[in-house]
Amino acid sequence: MNRRAIRRLASNLMVGLMVLAVVLAVLPLFFILLHLVLKGASSLSWDFFTKMPVPAGETGGGVANAIVGTLIIVGTASLIGVPVGVGAGIYCAEYPHSRLTWLSRFVADVMNGTPSIVVGVFAWTWIVARQKHFSALAGSVALALLMVPMVMRTTEEMIKLVPNSLREAALALGYPRWRTSLSVVVPTTLPGIVTGTLLAVARIAGETAPLLFTALGSQYLSFRINQPMAALPLTVFTYATGPYEEWHRFAWAAALVLILVVLLLGVGARLAIGRSSVANG
Amino acid sequence: MAEPPARVETDKLTAMYGKTTALRNVTLSFASNQVHALIGPSGCGKSTFLRTLNRMHELSEGGWITGRVLLDGQDIYDPGVNAMQLRRKVGMVFQRPTPFPTMSIFENVAAGLRLNGRLSGAQLGEIVERSLRHAALWDEVKDRLKLNAMALSGGQQQRLCIARTIAPSPEVVLLDEPTASLDPQGTQRIEELLFELKREYTIVIVTHNMQQAARVSDTTAFFYLGTMVESGPTRQMFTAPRSDQTEAYITGRFG
Repeated sequence: MNRRAIRRLASNLMVGLMVLAVVLAVLPLFFILLHLVLKGASSLSWDFFTKMPVPAGETGGGVANAIVGTLIIVGTASLIGVPVGVGAGIYCAEYPHSRLTWLSRFVADVMNGTPSIVVGVFAWTWIVARQKHFSALAGSVALALLMVPMVMRTTEEMIKLVPNSLREAALALGYPRWRTSLSVVVPTTLPGIVTGTLLAVARIAGETAPLLFTALGSQYLSFRINQPMAALPLTVFTYATGPYEEWHRFAWAAALVLILVVLLLGVGARLAIGRSSVANG
Repeated sequence: MAEPPARVETDKLTAMYGKTTALRNVTLSFASNQVHALIGPSGCGKSTFLRTLNRMHELSEGGWITGRVLLDGQDIYDPGVNAMQLRRKVGMVFQRPTPFPTMSIFENVAAGLRLNGRLSGAQLGEIVERSLRHAALWDEVKDRLKLNAMALSGGQQQRLCIARTIAPSPEVVLLDEPTASLDPQGTQRIEELLFELKREYTIVIVTHNMQQAARVSDTTAFFYLGTMVESGPTRQMFTAPRSDQTEAYITGRFG
């Protein structure tokens, strides 16, 4: 065997190993999706999306309240968490040597490692216990707290990828620093920031523990942020651990819907980015 | 012929990065409406020197200076001088083309103009066109001003950056090896452009290319190991240098 053949063999072997690694990484995701579709799709119907839950023992009904609740709770959490996270991320990337940056990074890293149930307890202590009733807002605050460090660190990493020459070009034109950041650096890396933010939204949309003793869950459709509210993860939790066969099927379907909502969020935002960059270009 | 009045002068200028001296005790003056070349081997301090002229040096980590830099007789490091305002008068073009990637060709050229506030759309369009014409790019891009600037070739991007730099009507234009990343054709266009530009601006250009300095500049200053060894009219520098080091560098014996 000549050298060339050996090299080709080695190359093919390494490519094969990489393909194997990719397959191994994607396979679990594929099986989870397949399993959810197989178990949950049969229970999906128009009623499932539009009807309220029915008392145990009756058939039919849906989880409209939980879908609406998840959208409200996650939306509110994003409204609180995204501006804070993106802002802090920009600050840390643009002023890497300040003491405040060192402190925020440290706190964010600690927060990233904090179990979500601890954050839930925190929200319970500070909001639920003081107000003396459960509320969706407390859940949103807990989720926002989980979101901030994730959004902050990805924003920072994305901004660091912008070459310094671009920053200098703006500064040399007489741009003040804040304007250099906001009108040159951040737009350049916006798709990255949005993707990072979406990952964070997707992460918190599936969080269950922080909602258990904040939003609590509810059998009714509610738009009042200061009251208990249903949410998809809570529905999955309640139905999956319940005693009825009907509930178990609903839990699978609700889990499928939860994944679909997250997927839709991602696809929608990606389309939005695509459109805006076309408009700029 | 009398010496034209100096536009930019440095007086015993020393530039530091933290405790490291990059440039020692440079006294130089640049007359208006001329092209001034700064030459020397890598790391000799010529780029640092250029960056002190629009106070970009102080944005580098640990960058500070002693001595004075005068623009039309005024010390630009005076506490009363706003560095942002100064940089609108002393424009800069970098080694690699740096168009703003999210902006269109038009928006790139207009970027510096928007800082100076209230211009009507018509005025803006007029200045953008004039700047692009000046940068010898207008004919190539006039039909696609709304296109993203990254769609242009490297040479076109660099001329776009020149258009962006001259759009706010600076007094001085600094160029830091503007042709280092371009092909010969792109280089030639930029060099031709310099002849046009010096009618309106004072130009200081850092170059690694000796022939380029000889072709485009009126005066040349040779930097070596953080000091300015020799300066004078380009013809004299290239035909009868006073210093042995200058001669050795120009004839290609080192650097």
